[in-house]
Amino acid sequence: MTTAAETVALRARAGLGARAWRFVKRHTLTVYAFLVVAYLMLPIAVVILFSFNAPKGRFNYIWEGFTFKNWIHWNAVLGISGALETSIEVALVSTLVATALGTLMAMAIVRHQFTGRGGTNLLVFLPMSTPEIVLGASLLTLFLNATALFQLGFWTIFIAHVMFIISFVVVTVKARLIGFDRHLEEAAMDLGANELTTFRKVTLPLIAPAMLAAALLGFALSIDDFVITYLNAGATQTFPIFVWGIARVAVPPQVNVVASAIFLVAIAIGLGNVFSQYRAAKR
Amino acid sequence: MGSFLHRHRGLTPYLLLAPGVLWLGIFFLIPLGFLAYEALQSGIFPDFKFTWEFSNFSDSLSGYHEQLVRSFFYAGIATVACLVLAYPLVYWIAFRAGPWRNLFLLFIVAPFFVTYLVRTLAWLNILADQGPVVGFLRDIHVLAPDGRLLATTFAVVSGITYNFFPFMALPIYVSLEQIDPRLLEAAKDLYSSSTQAFLRVTLPLSAPGIVAGTLLTFIPAAGDFINAALLGTPNQAMIGNVIQSKFLESLDYPSAAALSFILMGAILVALLVYARIVGTEKLTG
Repeated sequence: MTTAAETVALRARAGLGARAWRFVKRHTLTVYAFLVVAYLMLPIAVVILFSFNAPKGRFNYIWEGFTFKNWIHWNAVLGISGALETSIEVALVSTLVATALGTLMAMAIVRHQFTGRGGTNLLVFLPMSTPEIVLGASLLTLFLNATALFQLGFWTIFIAHVMFIISFVVVTVKARLIGFDRHLEEAAMDLGANELTTFRKVTLPLIAPAMLAAALLGFALSIDDFVITYLNAGATQTFPIFVWGIARVAVPPQVNVVASAIFLVAIAIGLGNVFSQYRAAKR
Repeated sequence: MGSFLHRHRGLTPYLLLAPGVLWLGIFFLIPLGFLAYEALQSGIFPDFKFTWEFSNFSDSLSGYHEQLVRSFFYAGIATVACLVLAYPLVYWIAFRAGPWRNLFLLFIVAPFFVTYLVRTLAWLNILADQGPVVGFLRDIHVLAPDGRLLATTFAVVSGITYNFFPFMALPIYVSLEQIDPRLLEAAKDLYSSSTQAFLRVTLPLSAPGIVAGTLLTFIPAAGDFINAALLGTPNQAMIGNVIQSKFLESLDYPSAAALSFILMGAILVALLVYARIVGTEKLTG
């Protein structure tokens, strides 16, 4: 039989144990979360670090010493600046076209009832759920079977990129349009604006942020794509194709420089966005 | 033009859709048709003839079932690894990170900002034979003195896990973020422990995110060939490697096309099995 004092002591110990357990549990999760973040950041840190490496031989695998030389002479490697240029050009034109086509599709899907809506949704969804290698391979068979119309190169890469970016644009813009107040447009029409003016003065400014988000996503997808591009590029080199080719020999630190530069630009845009949201939330 | 649209309102959606649908039709659907046409041809490059060569499918399946099975095995392990790594992190972000949420979300997508091939090559540095990781593992006798991490199944699977991690993390985050905190308070008021509240409230409500994340990770992972090519050896070759080399190196278009369809079909079968397990209503969301 336990005395009252013992029971109290036991309960206190249980309380202490439970509190300790809760403490451990709470902080285990935090520690785990930070470890996963560290895991995510590790290769990025390595890429940036090795852009400052001064490798003795051809291989940039082992840390040999710090230098700024790779950043100053970033285009000292034959073909790297041309490849980067091609990547940026492809990304710009394909993003522009895909954002326009995708936005129009999203507007039709969200704001109109029409026969074939389900089929359209499926057509948008399918490319996103098809493995890239199959997308690239099937497009290649089209180009190979119609050599009179298509020659592998810049424009076939452009066609391929627009094709796989459209779906992402539709999904991004659709999400924004669903929360859109149609009354604003009706008000503009009631005040005598025709459809074009309404679109230009009311609709476009309201969906512009979603279009910008979609365009940034599309640009990122385009500049990073390797699989589809590789199958449809012919002899044209984008930056990822350049890396693939040179990876079979030895990757020079300049590749890390270009990748770090792309990363830093993207992260600056991302941080700017986070910061502005943080300020908006505080206000 | 404005008055034309006004008179034919029913036409508007089709006019809006036309350019995009045409693009996807010509450069996505029709190519799939050409791929099917290619898959039934026979002959040697560049003289292929359409001969209803269905044996392309059975030949490629018997010749490369090893790589096919391996692809699904690797993609499966990587998907589970992504889930185990991602769930606690996004749970922490959704419920504990407070005003830092967006910053941590940026950490999740940050790997996407480094060119795919370059971030995969970074694992070559990290797992290198002379590198610190292998050195440490050899010192504590986890690895034999001549043991390595590169060119192993481990390297390929961890590369896939790293590269597709955000596809798992983001959908789970979205579903966790939508959970009404009042539901968790209600569970507490009804005397559930925090473990019970998690198992009976949070986990079921985040299930759609887990399902979406699993699909978004598994499908591209099964078709991937970059990780196996850069971090593995031919012993780790996946079906994507076979398709890629048949298209671009051995120029055996018919069997490459047949293998592409086999990959799609196998993914479809995997999806159906998954749908049977988790229930179709969860799959379609």
